[in-house]
Amino acid sequence: MRSAVEIAAAVRSGERTARSVAEEHLATIASREGEIHAFNHVTADAALAQADAVDAKVARGEDPGPLAGVPVALKDNLCTRGVPTTCSSRILDGWLPPYNATVVERVTAAGGVAVGKTNLDEFAMGSSTENSAFGPTLNPLDLSRVPGGSSGGSAAAVAARFAPLSLGSDTGGSIRQPASFCGVVGVKPTYGVVSRYGLIAFASSLDQIGPFAATVNDAALLLDVISGHDRMDSTSIAASPTALLNDGTDVAGLRVGLVTELTDVEGIDPEVRAAVERAASALEAQGAIVERISVPSCIYGLSAYYLIAPAEASSNLARYDGVRYGLRVDGDDVYEMNSATRDAGFGAEVKRRIMLGTYALSAGFYDAYYAQAQRVRTLIIRDFAAAYERFDVLLSPTTPTTAFKFGAKTEDPFSMYLSDICTIASNLAGHPAMSIPFGLGSDAMPIGVQVLAPALGESVMFRVARAIEAAGGVA
Amino acid sequence: MSSNEVQAEIQYETVIGLEVHVELATKTKLFCACANEFGSEPNTNICPVCLGLPGSLPVLNERVVDFALRIGEALNFTVPQRSIFHRKNYFYPDMPKDFQTSQYDEPICAEGWIEVDGERIGIERAHMEEDTGKSTHVGGGGRIHDADHSLVDYNRAGVPLMEIVSHPAMRSSEQARGYVSELRAVLLAIGVSDVKMEEGSMRVDANVSIRPVGTTQLGTKVEIKNMNSIRSLGRAIDYEVERQTIATNTGERIVQETRHWDESEGITHGMRSKEGSSDYRFFPEPDLAPVAPTDEMRAAARAAIPELPAALRERIVAEWQVAEHDARVLVANPALSDYAQESVAALASGSARDVVNWCTGELLAYGNETGSEPNSWALSPIALAELVGLVGDGAISRSQAKEVLAGCLAGEGAPSDVASARGLAQVSDEGALAAIIAGVLEANPDAVAEYRTGDEKAQKKKRGFLMGEAMKASKGQGNPALLNRLLDAGLA
Repeated sequence: MRSAVEIAAAVRSGERTARSVAEEHLATIASREGEIHAFNHVTADAALAQADAVDAKVARGEDPGPLAGVPVALKDNLCTRGVPTTCSSRILDGWLPPYNATVVERVTAAGGVAVGKTNLDEFAMGSSTENSAFGPTLNPLDLSRVPGGSSGGSAAAVAARFAPLSLGSDTGGSIRQPASFCGVVGVKPTYGVVSRYGLIAFASSLDQIGPFAATVNDAALLLDVISGHDRMDSTSIAASPTALLNDGTDVAGLRVGLVTELTDVEGIDPEVRAAVERAASALEAQGAIVERISVPSCIYGLSAYYLIAPAEASSNLARYDGVRYGLRVDGDDVYEMNSATRDAGFGAEVKRRIMLGTYALSAGFYDAYYAQAQRVRTLIIRDFAAAYERFDVLLSPTTPTTAFKFGAKTEDPFSMYLSDICTIASNLAGHPAMSIPFGLGSDAMPIGVQVLAPALGESVMFRVARAIEAAGGVA
Repeated sequence: MSSNEVQAEIQYETVIGLEVHVELATKTKLFCACANEFGSEPNTNICPVCLGLPGSLPVLNERVVDFALRIGEALNFTVPQRSIFHRKNYFYPDMPKDFQTSQYDEPICAEGWIEVDGERIGIERAHMEEDTGKSTHVGGGGRIHDADHSLVDYNRAGVPLMEIVSHPAMRSSEQARGYVSELRAVLLAIGVSDVKMEEGSMRVDANVSIRPVGTTQLGTKVEIKNMNSIRSLGRAIDYEVERQTIATNTGERIVQETRHWDESEGITHGMRSKEGSSDYRFFPEPDLAPVAPTDEMRAAARAAIPELPAALRERIVAEWQVAEHDARVLVANPALSDYAQESVAALASGSARDVVNWCTGELLAYGNETGSEPNSWALSPIALAELVGLVGDGAISRSQAKEVLAGCLAGEGAPSDVASARGLAQVSDEGALAAIIAGVLEANPDAVAEYRTGDEKAQKKKRGFLMGEAMKASKGQGNPALLNRLLDAGLA
C-alpha cells in the first residue's frame, strides 16, 4: 500500500489511474466495512465518477492537483451537496445539504476522491463513537476496542486502509484521541487555519477541521490543500501556514518542553508516559533540547471545556426543531412539535450537553459558569504564552491510556470526559497540536505522542512530528 | 370618603420610552449575499446562511456597519472602538437558527440624543441585529397557538435591522409622535432606510407607564406593539395611559406585560403571557469577530451625512420665509426637499414660498397618488421654477397654474408651452377689465342696489356674486387682483 503522496505522484504522472486506486480502496472497504463500520455512507459511484474526471484531466495533459486520485474519507459532520450528512444523529434524518463544506470543495478541486462519510459520536460529542445513533465504529486493530472519538470513523478508515487520508473535526481532542487509539497521525490545526464553513457546529469557538493520515507527510499534504483563508468564515485567518509538505525534519537546537501536568500525573498510564519519554529522548538524540515545563492552568482545562463547549452547543443545536429539515415528530402545537422532535431525535449524551450548556448560560449562573470558564481560558492562553517564550514546541501524551474496550466508560460520563484531558487545552488556546503514533502498549495497542505548538506554529510542529516518526517508537 | 376617591385626586405623569426597529436599506442581508428586498415571492431570497442551515456561518455586511456609523453620527451617539454581537436564544419557527444574532451589552452606538421641538430626547443605544422571517398562521384567529398550520417566509430572515432604544424620556403621546417623526426624517435624510411604518421597515414599540406627578421612581411599564403609523402610536399611547390611570384609580395593580394595539377597535389587548419570564441566555457570538470600525470607515460615514432635517428646516424657514409646519412637511421627504431646493435655486421671479406650496400641496399629493419619486416627474425642478415665475409675473392665474401643472406632469411640455397650447393666459389689461366691470354693474342694478343698502352679510354676498359675474365675463382669464380692485372702485 502506498502513501497519499506516492498515489498522487503516480496518478499525476499517468503511471496509475485514479479509477484503479479508487477501485482498490472500494474493494478494501467492501471486504472489511461490515465488521468495522467506519462509514455512515459510502459514495462508491460518486467516487468512481470523480476518479474518472481526474483520469480525464491527466489524459488531456492537465494537472488534476496535489491530491490527484487520492481517496479521502469525510467525517459525517461535513456538508456534502446531495449526499446525506447526519452527524450520526436521527435528528438530521433525510436531510440532503444543498451545498459543500469549503474543505470538501478544496479536496475535490485538488483532485481528491471522496469515498464516503465516516461515523462519529453524535454531533461530535464523545470519545469512542459509542454515541453514534447508527452504532459504534470498531477499532480495526482490535475489534473489541473503541476507535476513539468523536472522529472514530475517520481514524478507523485510515487505520483499516479504506482511504489513505480522511478529515475529522477536533473540538476537545476529537482528531488526536482517535488517531492515537488507531495508530495513525491526526492533526488539529491552529483555530482559523481551516475554514469551518460547512462543518456542522458543535462548539464554534473550539471546532477545527484537520487531517488523518498514515504518515506525517501525508497529513501535511492534506493540510496544505484545506488550509487558507475563506471569506465564508469570519474566523478564518488571512495568512495561514502553507507548504508543510516535505518541510524538513531538522530539530537540532529546538527547545522542547515536556508538560508535567499532562505527563507526570496520576491517571496517565506508565507505559504511555514511558513512550513520551522515549520520544523526548529520540528528539534529544537528534539535537533538540528537552526540559520539563509546568503549565499550571492546564488542569482546569477540562472543567472550562465542559462549560464552554456545551454552552455553545446548546445554542448551535437549537435549530434542530423539526420546522425546516430533518426529523419532525408532530405535536399539538409548534412548541410541542419542537419538543417531541428533539426528544426523539437527540441521543442521551447530546441531551446531557444541551442541558449542561443551557444551565451554564442561564440568568444568575452565567457569571459563575460561562464567564468564569472564559476567564480560565484566558489564563490557559497566558500560561501557554509564557511556556512558548522558553520552548518552540511542547510534548505530552495524546491520551492517558491506549484504546479502551467497548462499554468501559459508557456508564460514567466523567471517566469518558477524562480521556480528553491531554488534548483539551490546545482547543481552548486555539493552538495547533498533533498526535503521532509511537510504539505499542503491552495490550499491543498503539500509543500516541502529542506535539503542541503556538498559534500558527504548524511548520515547527510538523518538523518535530517527522523527527518522532523517524525514530520509530519501538522500545 | 373611600380610598378610591382619595386616589382619584392624584395627578399622574406619563412616562414613555420607545424601541424603534428600522430595516436598513442595504442591497444584501446582514450576514449573507441574499437580496434585501420587500415584496419578492416567498422564500426566494434565501441561502444556507440566512436559512441557518447546519454548517453555515455568518459574515458581516460592511455596508451595515457604514449605515450604523451614519446613525451614530446623526443621532449624536458615541461609537466605541469595539462592539460585539451576542446570541439571543429562544425558540420561534420564523427564526431559522432559533437564536437571533444581535448586540447586547456592547452595542455599536451608545448614549445619543435627538432634538424634538427644542428639547433633547436621550437615546440609550442603537444596535445591529438580524430580522426574523415572517409567519402566517392559518386558522385559529391568526395566532400561533390556535392555528391549524403556519406558513413561514424566510425572505426577511437576516435582513439588517437597527434597534434604536430611547430613554424613558417622553411625557406625552404628542412628544412620542414628535420623536418618531424626527427620527424618521433623520433616517430618511441620511439614506439608511425607507422607514415605512405601513410596510414594516420601521416598527415602533412603546413602553408606557404612569407615576404620580412629582415622583421619580418609574411605574410598572407595559409594552405596546403593532402600531402601523405615527398616528396609531399616539392613539395607542393615549388609550394605554387612560387604561392605566383608570386601573390605578380603582386599585388595580398594573402588570408588566406586552399588549397588542388593535387599530380598528382602538384598544390594546393583553397578549397571552409566556409562562415565566424569558431567559434569552445571551452570550458572545463565537462565529463573528468584534466590530472595530477604522478611522477611514468613520470618516466615510461622517462625509455621507447631509444637512440634517433640523438644520435644513431652520434654514428654509429663515431664507424662504415659509411656515415652520410647511418646512416640516417638506423636510420629512428628502427627495422632495432636494427637488424644492433645486427649484428655488432656478427661480427668476416668484417666491420660494410658492415653490414650497406647490411641493407640499399638489406635488406631494401627486407623488403619493402615483407612488412616484420627484426625480421621475415630467415636471423638472427648473420647470416648476418657470411655473412659479409665470404666476409671479401675472402671466397666468393661480387657478390656471394648477391646470398647467397637471399638463406638465402629464408630459405635455414646459409650463409656458402648456399654457399657450391650452389657451391659458391671464388678462391684466386694466382698460379691458374696467370695461368688463362697468358692463357687469350695468347688467345687475338690483344686486348693486342691494349691496349699497344691505348689511355686512348682504354686502359680502352681493360682492361675491358680482365678482363671479366679472370673472365669467372675462372667460376666467381676468387677473383676479385687478378685477377685485376695479370692482371695489365701481361699487364705491
